[in-house]
Amino acid sequence: MTIEVPDVWPPKRERRAIARLHMPEQEAAARARNFSEVNLGFTEDMARLEAMRCLECKTPTCMEGCPVGIKIDLFVSLVAEGHFAEAAQIVKLDNSLPAICGRVCPQENQCEGACVLTKKGESVAIGALERFVADYERLSGLAVVDVPAERTGKKIAIVGSGPAGLACATDLAKAGHDVTVFEALHELGGVLVYGIPEFRLPKEIVRAEIDGLRRMGVEFITNAVIGQTTTINALLGRDGFHAVFLGVGAGLPKFTNIDGENLIGVYSANEFLTRVNLMRAYEDGSNTPIFDVRGNKVAVFGGGNTAMDAVRTALRLGAAEASIIYRRAEEQMPARVEEIIHAKDEGVVFKLLTSPLSFSGTDDGWLTSARLQQMELGEPDDSGRRRPVPVEGGEYEIDIDVAVIAIGNGANPLLRRNAPGLVFTKWGTVVADEASGRTTKKGVWAGGDIVTGGATVILAMGAGRRAAADINRYLATGDLSCVEFGC
Amino acid sequence: MFRILEARSLAPDVKYFRIEAPSIARARKAGQFVILRVAGDGERIPLTIADGDASGGWIAVIVQGIGKTTKHLNTLEAGEFMHDVAGPLGMPSHIRDFGTAVAIGGGVGTAIAYPTAVALKRAGNYVISIVGGRSRDYVIMEPALRDISDEVYPCTDDGSYGFHGFVTQKLQGLIDEGRVLDLVLAIGPIPMMRAVADVTRPFGIKTIVSLNPIMVDGTGMCGGCRVSVGGATRFACVDGPEFDAHEVDFDLMERRNKAYVGFERNRLEEFLEQVQT
Repeated sequence: MTIEVPDVWPPKRERRAIARLHMPEQEAAARARNFSEVNLGFTEDMARLEAMRCLECKTPTCMEGCPVGIKIDLFVSLVAEGHFAEAAQIVKLDNSLPAICGRVCPQENQCEGACVLTKKGESVAIGALERFVADYERLSGLAVVDVPAERTGKKIAIVGSGPAGLACATDLAKAGHDVTVFEALHELGGVLVYGIPEFRLPKEIVRAEIDGLRRMGVEFITNAVIGQTTTINALLGRDGFHAVFLGVGAGLPKFTNIDGENLIGVYSANEFLTRVNLMRAYEDGSNTPIFDVRGNKVAVFGGGNTAMDAVRTALRLGAAEASIIYRRAEEQMPARVEEIIHAKDEGVVFKLLTSPLSFSGTDDGWLTSARLQQMELGEPDDSGRRRPVPVEGGEYEIDIDVAVIAIGNGANPLLRRNAPGLVFTKWGTVVADEASGRTTKKGVWAGGDIVTGGATVILAMGAGRRAAADINRYLATGDLSCVEFGC
Repeated sequence: MFRILEARSLAPDVKYFRIEAPSIARARKAGQFVILRVAGDGERIPLTIADGDASGGWIAVIVQGIGKTTKHLNTLEAGEFMHDVAGPLGMPSHIRDFGTAVAIGGGVGTAIAYPTAVALKRAGNYVISIVGGRSRDYVIMEPALRDISDEVYPCTDDGSYGFHGFVTQKLQGLIDEGRVLDLVLAIGPIPMMRAVADVTRPFGIKTIVSLNPIMVDGTGMCGGCRVSVGGATRFACVDGPEFDAHEVDFDLMERRNKAYVGFERNRLEEFLEQVQT
């Protein structure tokens, strides 16, 4: 596609005439059968033209929608003028992992949702522009590693190498501290590598970000299960760390507790996605198995991003039919709009307002079918969403070969085994101050899903950054009183 | 990478590995396991820690070559490396002075029972060890168990060594003799653990088994290792691996453990062909 880009940024009144550009993507039928990235990214011309749609608001609302406060007005105008490397630098002032966030943030609820253009049309494609500048910088080799020569001599332990931990590690490394990241699994990246599929976030991008941190002097230790291999107290005591940040993420997958859930063929989304993403079960010759879904029917229960990732993964593994079964209506799905659209384009079947009653199988324990219940929307519940209620007589049975349960996660169960001084909620999450990430234990901060329960990459990163700022303040002053805990 | 300090054969296709892993050696307790990957593209498999020494900085695992990964592991020798070892994982065995404790090991299960038997002895129990195997060559760790047990009964299916019969028959014999048994720990193949549970159930003898369901991460993230205990779903990697034998749904576990037999057979055949050429 060739596009005409004006040499100079057109006057504001003409900008509304430019239609929002959509990122080129792999054609739906083809991509539904491969694991390569779906979105292909803007070209330089496309990025410039899209950025020119920005109205340069005097008081930009987009930034208020960003959980980490990226200077969106500034970076978008730099893109419009063709200063891509400078734009990347601006983004990275507030977001250390823009190539990742540009791909996985729910922009329609954040920056793009807050863009004034949404009132009369479509917002600026801020997410796609963020992704563009990050990729531009990475591919051009212009990424600057700025580590102060002067070291503070302070040691910080980051527990978990997911988005919260990586964001926290970046800021602390920039401040000149000695940062060590502990990861329980054999590969770094947390949910970015075991959860989010290759076709949405290539592992190569995550590895590049981690390599950047290594160049900044951050040390990574894999196979280190904090709570089991060692404890928070040992890190603070024996190992001499001055501060510990806990970004261990979510844990035990939730199940529906209906009959037949332990049949062979019923996976949690975590297991299904971990086998495929982390263990690469989709590659020929992989040593980790996954049920052969080729020509079979796969049903994914849930309506979040994880459910979309699982159902689209099932298609790519060769499922004849891959469906989403969700008990509420489409407008109530927590998944990003883009993921829902992509899933539909790829041929995913949506069975909405449908809830599972039980699973049945063969005598030797293999799943064969699910009994479902048709629902309708009733009165609003605690979450403000209209509660789904069963439709009388709306029970029916469907044949399925593999079921994936994607209804969320509980908290990480290992951390609390050996964490005296930390306070946990009844859901098993760590009690921490929202503004500072400070926990009830001196020298320990926490952020991400272990505090909030299952949320998003960008919220975890934001929490990691706020904790890093507070840790910096504490290490500089020794003062813990500036933020009063629990107020 | 984790260096192998010692590797020796214990029985046909059963190998003992002493691995350098100081932080695991320091933290591990009887009954816990590690997740291990043999190579950079390896699957994650759980193996119970058979022994360890905090000051020496090592742990030991005992591997029975069944599928590709375990057969591959058993080709490794001292000086070579295991790609990843993570742990210790799972809950430690519940150890106290019960009185008389019987540790039953079937095949390589003996290796898993050993550290718990040691801990039970140290806690003051009178320890009776029953070790089973198909034939003499398959009875492992008997000398080590003799060092820490008050009585040791090797059993072989074919009568080539020790008691001629199954470990359950030996156990039944002790009960029939009127011995008072306060705790039975049974670790081995699922049919053996189920049979032990059936023997002790009528007498109400507290019986513990260590389960080895299929796992991926082993840290409470994937839920693949779920087992049914007392009618409730439990995760063996974080709630176990030891459970009350009288409450475990062995049939369910046996079925779930067969989920990938076809895949495993294919991988093994490919691997054996590779090794031969």
